[in-house]
Amino acid sequence: MAQFLKLSEAIEANVKDGDAVAMEGFTHLIPFAAGHEIIRQKRKRLSLIRMTPDLIYDQLIGMGCAERMTFSWGGNPGVGSLHRFRDAYQNGWPNKLEIVEHSHAAMANAYDAAAAGLPFAVFRGYRGAELPRVNPSIKEVICPYTGEKLATVPAVKLDVAIIHAQKADRKGNVLLEGIVGVQKEAVLAAKRSVVTVEEIVDELNPPSPNSVVLPGWTVKAVVAVPGGAHPSYTHGYYKRDNAFYKAWDDIARERDTFTAWMDENVLRKGPEAFAHHAKKAA
Amino acid sequence: MRQPFTPNEMMTVAAARALTNDDVCFVGIGAPSAACNLARQTHAPDIVLIYESGTLETRPNVLPLSIGDGELCETALTTVSVPEMFRYWLQGGRITTGFLGGAQIDRFANLNTTVVGPYEKPSVRLPGGGGAPEIATSCGQIFITMAHSKRAFVEKIDFFTSLGHGEGGDSRKKLGVTTKGPTKVMTDLCVMEPDEKTKELTVVSLHPGITKEQVSAATGWQIKFATNVIETPAPNETELKVLRELHARTKAAHGGNA
Repeated sequence: MAQFLKLSEAIEANVKDGDAVAMEGFTHLIPFAAGHEIIRQKRKRLSLIRMTPDLIYDQLIGMGCAERMTFSWGGNPGVGSLHRFRDAYQNGWPNKLEIVEHSHAAMANAYDAAAAGLPFAVFRGYRGAELPRVNPSIKEVICPYTGEKLATVPAVKLDVAIIHAQKADRKGNVLLEGIVGVQKEAVLAAKRSVVTVEEIVDELNPPSPNSVVLPGWTVKAVVAVPGGAHPSYTHGYYKRDNAFYKAWDDIARERDTFTAWMDENVLRKGPEAFAHHAKKAA
Repeated sequence: MRQPFTPNEMMTVAAARALTNDDVCFVGIGAPSAACNLARQTHAPDIVLIYESGTLETRPNVLPLSIGDGELCETALTTVSVPEMFRYWLQGGRITTGFLGGAQIDRFANLNTTVVGPYEKPSVRLPGGGGAPEIATSCGQIFITMAHSKRAFVEKIDFFTSLGHGEGGDSRKKLGVTTKGPTKVMTDLCVMEPDEKTKELTVVSLHPGITKEQVSAATGWQIKFATNVIETPAPNETELKVLRELHARTKAAHGGNA
């Protein structure tokens, strides 16, 4: 059964040094507040997994929390590069970063396989592509029915999944709406999971019998953090802060502007700093 | 009288015109997104636009900055999970046309969006492939839009992020790929198509005011020209109006440059 905790308690209890951690959300519902808490608690040697590392992993990498990143597209969407990721990978600052690189299809299939309890995923992919040369975990099988050659990748292995969602009820049942990405798969694939939500409500009232709902018994910790996805967004609550994504390009380009920003906006702040983003609701 | 237009507008308009009302299109961010929505708001009102974030039949009023902007979901017929998107819709063979671009392209329209320099020790680490490796092989055909320069149109790409026509000829078939691959490359200077047999990119149309010499000078290999190279019709008044309004709305929505 899900526990209702403060964000600091939820991260303290569920994220350990060296863990394999997926903080998912495909552009939408990215759990930034939880990422900032991991940075404040100075977690080290994390193996970060995420299809699109986005600003959240740029921040964790730049603050020295990560030793490995598994990903499929590592840019600032619509803007350019993730400068902290590049600096870590190319120059080893603030520490060396190992990468495990896939395509989106491979990662999506790998989450799906993990949620289904399978050891690997099979799909029609990587044909004529070079990634299999540099990522030895990409292999092939021959279909036993048709003889077709298909690609395989191992299922993702997660200690903890962290996601953000619209709301949870008092039993910890969680409702996700909009672009739902691979969050359901990530939570079901992980040993532990932390869900931050915009609000905790008496009645979940899913808008359809087919709504995406994670039952409370699949979730380890639920934390109310209004605005907790900013500068990403929460469908039905507030919009993506595209201006911030553009501003990040300058903030993160140099090490000193980055560390100054992180010091002022993350290390000296707490999750309550996200609340005013929720109030900007459109 | 012809209205003045920018090379980038010409590229987007050329890409939009290549799309038909019957297309089911896998859209990427940037120029492809502008081209697809321009097509939808001009000659192809029923075109189906799909973004890899899971949004099916989306009709955005402003161009998204990211592949998962709320606008895409709010204006979509429905939104599916990312595994479903890649498994049922892309791998399932339901997409007629996919759009790709890249940092580097070679004469057979293979693309690199991964690294400049060696993979292990790159001089520039680029974002990577994202959906491209499977988009390149699962969509019925591929359109490519890229700004034309010697840095981008190179003799040898540093990394094969996604398959174009491989080493030319029947490379795709040999790899077990049954889709057409790149059928058109739209740049800010010209339109290229692969030669029917060799699959080498060949200039079929030059944008107004552009010369063969300019295209050759901006290409890192000895680019071939079709026997009858035509002039790309200039953007018409409606195309320019719709495209500029789209960009203006986008700029206002994103707070700053679009």
